[in-house]
Amino acid sequence: MADAAFSAGRAEIARGRFEAIRPCLADPKVVIGGGFIALLVVLAIFAPWIAPKDPLEQDVILGATPPAWMAGAEPGHWLGTDDLGRDVLSRVIYGARVALTVAFVAASLAAALGSALGLVAGWRRGWVDALVSRAVEIWMAFPPVLLSILLVAVVGAGVGSVIAAIAIIDWTRFCRVVRAETINQASSDYVTAARAVGFSRTRILMREIFPNVLPVLIALVSLEMGIAVIVEAILSFVGLSVSSDTPTWGGMIAQGRQLVHESAWILIAPLTMLFLTVLAFNLLGEGLRRALDPALQR
Amino acid sequence: MSKPVLAVHGLSAVSARDRAPILHDVKLIVNRGETRGLMGESGAGKSMIGKAILGVLPRPVRVTAGQIRFEGQDLLTMPGPSLRRLVGERIALIPQDPMTALNPGRRIEGQLTDGLRLWRGLDRNAARKIALKLMEEVHIRDPERVLASYPHELSGGMRQRVLIAAAFALEPKLIVADEPTTALDVTVQKQILRLVRAMQRAHGTAVLFITHDLGVIAQICDDVTLLFDGRVVEEGPTAEMFERPRHAYTQALLDACPRYDRPRAALRAVPAEVIARLRAEAASAP
Repeated sequence: MADAAFSAGRAEIARGRFEAIRPCLADPKVVIGGGFIALLVVLAIFAPWIAPKDPLEQDVILGATPPAWMAGAEPGHWLGTDDLGRDVLSRVIYGARVALTVAFVAASLAAALGSALGLVAGWRRGWVDALVSRAVEIWMAFPPVLLSILLVAVVGAGVGSVIAAIAIIDWTRFCRVVRAETINQASSDYVTAARAVGFSRTRILMREIFPNVLPVLIALVSLEMGIAVIVEAILSFVGLSVSSDTPTWGGMIAQGRQLVHESAWILIAPLTMLFLTVLAFNLLGEGLRRALDPALQR
Repeated sequence: MSKPVLAVHGLSAVSARDRAPILHDVKLIVNRGETRGLMGESGAGKSMIGKAILGVLPRPVRVTAGQIRFEGQDLLTMPGPSLRRLVGERIALIPQDPMTALNPGRRIEGQLTDGLRLWRGLDRNAARKIALKLMEEVHIRDPERVLASYPHELSGGMRQRVLIAAAFALEPKLIVADEPTTALDVTVQKQILRLVRAMQRAHGTAVLFITHDLGVIAQICDDVTLLFDGRVVEEGPTAEMFERPRHAYTQALLDACPRYDRPRAALRAVPAEVIARLRAEAASAP
């Protein structure tokens, strides 16, 4: 009898792990933003099977042919070709690989670095907090794009450098928000209660405070992914991202810019993808922030 | 008479920021199994004393002098780890606001059994059995459901019951009840007071009951200590102090209470000359 009640309680606890997901799926912003990102992830992973052509295959005779719905289109090139005769649709699909890799890895690294410092600064306060806060202020005084260009120029071009540059610059966003939220949570009565129970400071930070900071952090990671996509595009645009034979949206924009009056599609296709991707990350972030916020939800 | 559970002597504290005094030469005794009321207006320092006992003073507050002896050991000079264990095991807190005193992101079960698992080394099942027993003691129906709930799924009175159960989980010698009824409405207040009283009798626990509510003091406290501006004004058995207050301030506070047997009487504030006298006494004290 007691055992039955006991296992019922256990089942309820197991079910609860998924509870947090439910309000998220009810939010249209999360569904639309997350849906688009999921689609993009599928495109990026299965690009070799999905893309109609080889994105690097040049055909000078078919240079700058327009998309399928315009006069003079070449069959098989749905979004036309660029000035070297490469298939724009395939290049846009392959471009998602670099964009998403940078978005996920750079945002995670920036989040890890920034929130670790933010948690410690907000919880320990004192000189640790002063040190971290001053570092954030100094960091934020640098113009971010120039700083990233400088960093990549020094370290050398490549996806790794781009990711490092974004993480090194954007940890401050996470640090500020996480620190403020940690201070806010640390002043609540439940933290005093946990201290009175006798838990160590580390355990209170990680088990009591951090889970309550997490919703804000998750939302911020999503927003940061959008920012990372843009920064990667900027660095590709100025030729400081990956080598020019890997298709990137920024590289395509740089290339299309020169022919914008004659063959605007070369520019418009990657630009549209960039726009939609950043929009999707922002929608997702905004939606998650609302859906995960216990204060708004309860 | 046996030695008191808690003996605070000469406790003084200041704000580290501007050196403003917060507590001055506070003396406070809590005997085994008794309920000691700690009474005072807002800002008199009553909560600070509770926090000092539990070692959870907010950062800008520094203790400058005095002793907090718990079962003979001075908590202020004890090294960190043993202090955490002693306080965690033997002194418990019933916090003021049940709405914020539970972690919104954790289930009741975990929060109720924290102490049991940390200091008794119990596993989840053993802790759960004790938790269910405690829930019964604080008259929570459907304890299984409550244990699996998050705080926001429970009412204020229910949460305060959970917090009371948590406070008694380790059979502490002393419970610091920091205005545990202030955030509740009057009917629930009464139930919670009865519950604290019953639990305390059953477990033989001493309670330091912090409140500004004279009615609450009259109902449950054996002895009272009255604070003003971080100093003890008067101290003694509750009945005696309420019937024959020695200090003019105590008398003025009692007079200021609205009384149902004099519904039309105008409400009275504490007269300015009484406050002036308190300040003068404070200034002339060493």
